[in-house]
Amino acid sequence: MIKGLLLRLIAPLDATLCALILALMALGLAVLYSASDRDLMTLAGQSRSMVLALACMCLMAHLPPHQLMRLAGPAYVIGLMLLVGVALGGEVSHGARRWLHIGPIRIQPSELMKLVLPLALATWFQHREQGLALRDFLIALLLFVVPVGLIARQPDLGTALLIASSGCYVLFLAGLSWRVLALAGAGFAAILPVAWTFLHDYQRQRVLTLLDPSQDPLGAGYHIIQSTIAVGSGGVLGKGWLGGTQTHLDFLPERTTDFIFAVFGEEFGLFGELLLLILLISLILRGLDIASQASSIFNRLAAGAISLTLFTYTFVNMGMVSGILPVVGVPLPFVSYGGTSLITLMLGQGILMSIRHHRTLVKR
Amino acid sequence: MISKASVYDQVLGLHAYRSRMNVAVMVILVACLLLLVRFVWLQVFQYEHYHTLAEANRIAIAPVVPTRGLILDRSGQALANNYSAYTLEITPGRVEDLDGTIDALSKIIDIAPRDRKRFRKLFDESHNFESLPLRNRLSETEVARFAVNRYRFPGVEIRARLFRNYPQGTTASHVIGYIGRINDSDLDRLDDDGLLANYRGSDHLGKVGVEQSYERELHGLTGSEQVETDAGGRAVHSLAKTEPVSGNDLVLSIDLNLQQIAEKAFGNRRGALVAIDPNTGEILAFVSQPGYDPNLFVDGIDQANWDALNQSPDKPLTDRALRGLYPPGSTIKPFMAMAGLFYHKRTPESLTSDPGYFAFPGSAHHYRDWQPKGHGVVDMHRSIVQSCDTYYYSLANDLGIDNMHEFLSRFGFGERTGIDLEGELPGVLPSREWKRARFHQDWFSGETVISGIGQGYNLMTPAQLAAAAATLANGGTLFRPHLVRAIRESRSGQTRDVRPEVLRKADLATADLDVVRAAMADVMRPGGTGAQAYAGAPYAMAGKTGTAQVVTIKQNEKYVESRVKERNRDHAWFIGFAPVDAPRIALAVLVENGGHGGSAAAPIARQVTDYWLLGKRPAAPPPAEPATTAPAPGAAPAAADDEEEGSD
Repeated sequence: MIKGLLLRLIAPLDATLCALILALMALGLAVLYSASDRDLMTLAGQSRSMVLALACMCLMAHLPPHQLMRLAGPAYVIGLMLLVGVALGGEVSHGARRWLHIGPIRIQPSELMKLVLPLALATWFQHREQGLALRDFLIALLLFVVPVGLIARQPDLGTALLIASSGCYVLFLAGLSWRVLALAGAGFAAILPVAWTFLHDYQRQRVLTLLDPSQDPLGAGYHIIQSTIAVGSGGVLGKGWLGGTQTHLDFLPERTTDFIFAVFGEEFGLFGELLLLILLISLILRGLDIASQASSIFNRLAAGAISLTLFTYTFVNMGMVSGILPVVGVPLPFVSYGGTSLITLMLGQGILMSIRHHRTLVKR
Repeated sequence: MISKASVYDQVLGLHAYRSRMNVAVMVILVACLLLLVRFVWLQVFQYEHYHTLAEANRIAIAPVVPTRGLILDRSGQALANNYSAYTLEITPGRVEDLDGTIDALSKIIDIAPRDRKRFRKLFDESHNFESLPLRNRLSETEVARFAVNRYRFPGVEIRARLFRNYPQGTTASHVIGYIGRINDSDLDRLDDDGLLANYRGSDHLGKVGVEQSYERELHGLTGSEQVETDAGGRAVHSLAKTEPVSGNDLVLSIDLNLQQIAEKAFGNRRGALVAIDPNTGEILAFVSQPGYDPNLFVDGIDQANWDALNQSPDKPLTDRALRGLYPPGSTIKPFMAMAGLFYHKRTPESLTSDPGYFAFPGSAHHYRDWQPKGHGVVDMHRSIVQSCDTYYYSLANDLGIDNMHEFLSRFGFGERTGIDLEGELPGVLPSREWKRARFHQDWFSGETVISGIGQGYNLMTPAQLAAAAATLANGGTLFRPHLVRAIRESRSGQTRDVRPEVLRKADLATADLDVVRAAMADVMRPGGTGAQAYAGAPYAMAGKTGTAQVVTIKQNEKYVESRVKERNRDHAWFIGFAPVDAPRIALAVLVENGGHGGSAAAPIARQVTDYWLLGKRPAAPPPAEPATTAPAPGAAPAAADDEEEGSD
């Protein structure tokens, strides 16, 4: 009886995904222990977040995709309203407006949008499966430009980038023609100078600093210089777990969160990075595999976008730490310290599992 | 619940989807390759380089603090500059026995109890790892003596630092302000503004005055020096250096000589004076008396001095020109007259009979004129020249509070002037809405009547009245008053002029202006309330005296100056501009508890306009208390002054 219940509980879970996620989490805890200077409180906090996130994933895996599709539209509307709420009366911390207080609860609507936006877009295309006019794509474009704009204004460039990319992935996978894509690319390039004028001073500074870190060695350049030194001095084999000098001499900023990959690179070297990259890419490829076997347009688009967004996380974070991309606040998935973004990620993985579970037509 | 549509889409579009998927996978693999190339570059090819940086010697990036910009008056005389001196500094985090160390230090270097107290205060306010000054301005011998004993004092160092200096002492202290040590709330603010990096290594920032409001111009860009450090964190040698960029210099529109003359003219009385160039809004003199010595604040003010300033009943730290709120009294009358003409409630010729009071029909309550026997039959010209209250009680009653509020706000009353200093107060220009919001009460017509002579709820700052006087002077343009005239860029050596900014056009008719200006000119001639102060002036001055009531006088009582305590005496006002035809200066003067505008405030204005228009300095030091000097025998009684009172 209990065995049967247990079996039903784990039935929708995908073994490959689970194994990869658990491996990443284990690596994450190991490097966090080092990055936090062996702080057990940090470790306990992160472990709690992980357990909670795993539970969220299981919950999601049990929600059939068509239910999810029903929820996506209303969730999108609520998310958008919350974002407007943040813009009007959000809490300002460190010059950015990201949080909203509703009674005793403090929420970050942009985090919710990370998940809801690709689902809403996928739902939109599912309802238009008889044939797609360019107009459908334009409306879809509007659906994601508005929240992205609101989030970029907060300003939270990292999250805006992640959400924008997830929207683009849906459009791309939905079959937006190459000609339009090329046109959009050209249009984007044309908008860039205009967008530049809208950026906050510190955001411009970050882009400029990337081009020449020595320009601003006290401010934004400091992060890049120090993290590059950390990664570079790790060499092929690394300095060994708990052996990073940059890490432990306080040279490295944000070393438990966005810059944790620098600690990883310093202590585990090129081989360690290779291992981490392989784990993450396997997870992404497995997700894409699930996507291409999925049973409906919604399922395919949602699964594809979730997996490809995971790739954006990985590439932007590693690129930023190793100094080839500007410093934007994007965490290293499953490894960076912080519960909120971990839960969002795991909800996404739960959706993938649910889609995988409902892949065949004969299934109920 | 798999619909027919799902079957349909399984066939159609799946091929296209798969091809898109392949493209995505390709992109992912290329991106991974890119990352790998970068990792290999950093960790294999550049390994030696980064290994050396990280391992052999740590690289410290030391900030190089820029030199703060100077503050100059309009002719280039220094109001704030910097000098270099040696300081003895302690890093508490590296010292085991702080008190013992200071005791030992005091045997070789003179350390006063005052220095200890100040250090203790700094220590309480700062972090352990900051280097804090114990003694400033060491002599060469003291530096040498410490150098010999240095080995005994780990964590103690001598440093050459730049210090802020205010060579003019208390002069223009409320304009210049001062810098002070950066505290935690400053840090939060800098962090929010994204400026924290630029303040690495900086200990000070502007706290008050233009030092505060132009902080971003004055601070400059912090440079940096990459230094190799040894195991103990001491710099071994410099690898690369980015030079700091000094802060920009501020050229104020204040004229130091004029400022000094104006401050001296106050003697030891409290008050404020703002003089403006009516053609640009540039402030020529900006006085709030008493002032304070900003040099006291630079390295943390000691307790005794702080208490003396903070607890003084004279409130030297309050900027009276921007934060002092006073009823404008009779100085409101020229503006009221303009309103009467604008709304056609009065012509210049229309007459009002003044029996010595104004009363509503059927009411026994008398709104009294300062002249108990009344001014007789008064036209607009005479109402200004002799400051007739009854004329304005009646005019206010005819205009109504709504028109008064609409018209007077054209001169900037009731809102901040927008001057380039922080902390300005907007004052009160009352209206029905204001009273409802403030007291949840309806407006009474009696309140309109007393508003007509600038009493009641009206509260204005000297800066507002100066800006309004300048607007009358230039024919109706309200400029944003500003203290900084130009900014000299340290990098390019070029000067950026601050352009005059028009806040609003008051839309005044020339004919109306001529009437009021002519009357204001006659205020300063024999028979007018300001005549005495401007006797013999070789230029045409226009002005209006006023008296702001501090305590309410009962209906049957008479205000007798000698019977009222000094702090409850009326405030004296004067506003004016000159020369009447082509004004070059407009001003407002307030003397707290000075008594009469004509005898207390106008003589101060005279010294200022004399210097500005004629280059003439006051001949002898002004008497300490001109208000108490006996009037010259034979002076016209009408010229004595006005005094007026609202009702209770």
